[in-house]
Formats: sequence, structure tokens, C-alpha cells
Amino acid sequence: MSTIEAPRSSPTPARRSGVNWEKWGWIYMRASGVVLVVLIFGHLFINLMVGDGVKAIDFAFVAGKYATPFWQVWDLLMLWLALIHGANGMRTLVNDYASSPRLGGVLKGAIFASAAILIILGTLVIFTFDPCPAVPADQFSLLPSFCPPQ
Amino acid sequence: MAAATQTLTAADAFTITLIIRRFLPDVDDEARWESFDVSVYSTDRILDALHKIKWEQDGTLSFRRSCAHGICGSDAMRINGRNRLACKTLIKDLDITQPIYVEAIKGLPLEKDLIVDMEPFFEAFRAVKPFLIANSTPEAGKERTQSVAQRAIFDDTTKCILCAACTTSCPVFWTDGQYFGPAAIVNAHRFIFDSRDDAADVRLDILNDKEGVWRCRTTFNCTEACPRGIEVTKAIAEVKQAVLRGKR
Repeated sequence: MSTIEAPRSSPTPARRSGVNWEKWGWIYMRASGVVLVVLIFGHLFINLMVGDGVKAIDFAFVAGKYATPFWQVWDLLMLWLALIHGANGMRTLVNDYASSPRLGGVLKGAIFASAAILIILGTLVIFTFDPCPAVPADQFSLLPSFCPPQ
Repeated sequence: MAAATQTLTAADAFTITLIIRRFLPDVDDEARWESFDVSVYSTDRILDALHKIKWEQDGTLSFRRSCAHGICGSDAMRINGRNRLACKTLIKDLDITQPIYVEAIKGLPLEKDLIVDMEPFFEAFRAVKPFLIANSTPEAGKERTQSVAQRAIFDDTTKCILCAACTTSCPVFWTDGQYFGPAAIVNAHRFIFDSRDDAADVRLDILNDKEGVWRCRTTFNCTEACPRGIEVTKAIAEVKQAVLRGKR
């Protein structure tokens, strides 16, 4: 008696264990996208529409925002979420269209480096920004007018 | 009287121009476009025009077709830039004032004229285990039962005829032949959501891969290309949701 051969099916390569970056990347894009809609439109509304609107934006306006923990957290979230969101989006583009693994590696390295540098510099500015730093006496005139006399 | 005249007009043959992307591996180094004028009726399909060319003008023209009625899935090709079945594309539905461009589906190795090597496509299909894996044994003399509602969940994806129109319309598949492609995911969906099947987790794990469902960019090319009207992108999204849930 002959039996029907089992369906021809290539052995399934076991998925590598550990974090499934593609899955989490996909989830991250959707989650951060929803949060960014709120953060970015809130940012635009506060900066451009409320009060004097766009005319109110100057050095003092920005200095005032960074003196407030609320806006520090808001801008920090926006910075991290948006840069990682954008960098991950460009990473998927490279995955889709880079013709060789070498070129893809170089491009992804460049994307990672630029996002990392911008995140580090931006975070540094948000937490260390001081509109009225201590300066030598001959540079008092460079400070904004709202700074207390030193 | 007017109706009679119209009927006569509809039955009249007219000439269309088909520009076909030819590739004869013994002769050509690269594919080239070749133009054919062919006399057809408005009730003819692109497949009929191809037959006329092959039978009356150039016997070297090569293409696949089997049933010629939209079921076997042999004659998917790119007609005027869209993946369709030649046997389901009526000539009267195309703009016949312009030449009609016909070429092989993209993303699979070209073998001859409109014939491509389907093996990478079927390899991805086999990889998702497109067959029933049931651990249960039905009662003696009975079949495994399923309610109408249980069947309706995956009814859409049972319609696939494996013509590859969807997979070869996918821009991710064009550049990354490792991607499983829409058709393989559709056929995984057909078993993942089948209440009689017990290996949903195995298939979900296979598709929860770097080259699995996460490569889908929801461009909807596959849904537009499907000659069976399967909502392919929706099926892929349902598989994504199932992967996130960890079960069907």
C-alpha cells in the first residue's frame, strides 16, 4: 500500500530568540505616532496661536519655556519620540531599497549616528540651558535684557 | 432598428496594438518590446489576443495559461502597468485607442517572454505550512465540524488561486525577494484563522520574522492587483494583530 508523501515544505528556520526588533519597531511607530500627534500639534498651538501667537517667539519666550519642568518634559518627549520615529522610518526605507547589505549597513549607520547625536545634543540643551550664565564683566552686554544684574 | 445596428457594431472586429515585452533566452541578451497588430472583437480578452498572435503571427510567443477562466491562476501578467489575469481582462475595458502594454509579472526571475520562474513564490508559500495541521481526531465516521461564523472569518482568503499577481505587485517584494510576500501571508491567514487547525502559533511565529508581516508597508498594491478580489492588505493586518495577541 502506498501512502501519500507528506506535503513538501521546507523546514522552518527557527526564529532567533531574544528581542524581536521588527515587531517592537512596528509597535513603536504606531504608539509614538499617536503621542506625537498630540505633542506636535500642542507645541504648534502653544507657540503659534495662543496669546500674541508667532510674534511672541523670541529668546525670552524659549528661555521661559525651558525654565518650566512641564515644557522640559514635553520637548524632551517630542525630541526622543520624533527622532527615533523618523530614524526608524528611514531604517525601514533602507531595508526596502538598499541594493547591497554593505550600502544598507553604511546608510543605517549614518542614520543611527545622526539620530543619536541630535538626541544627545537636544537633551543636553533642554537640561542645561541657562539664559543668564555667569560671564566676565566685559560681556554683560551680551546677556539678554531680562537677566538680573550680576 | 438602432439596437440591431449596435449589435452588429459590437460583433465587428477591430484592430488593436499589443506591445509585448519579449525575451527569448536563446536569442536575446535583454528583454525588448515588440509590437503586434491583432484583429479582435470587443468580447475578446487579452488572452484571446495573445492566442491570436501565437497561432497566427509568431509561434515563438510564450505565456502560461491553463483553464483560461480565471481559476487556475496561470496567466497573471502586467497589462498596462497593472497585474491582472489575461483571461479576465476584457479588451473593451482597456483604452484601445492606445497600444496595450503586456509584460511578465515583476520580481520573479524572467525565463521567457511572459513566463517567470515561480519557484521563489512557491517556496514562500510552502514555508507557511499551507495545509491543515490538526491534533484532534474527529469522531469515527464524522468530519471536523465548523460553524458558519467560524468559516466566515477566513472565507476571503480561501479564494486565493496562487497566481502571484499580489506578490509581484508588492514593492517590498521587488527589492527584497526574502519577504514572504502577500500571497504566502494570505494562505497562512487561511489556516491561522481556521478553527479546525491547531498550528496557528507555529505559523504566527514563522511570520513574526524580520522577513514576515512586519515588512508590509500597507501600500495596498496587493489588494488592487488581486483578480479574486481578496482584501489582501486587510488579511495581512489581521495576521499582524494575531501575532501581537500571540494567538488567532
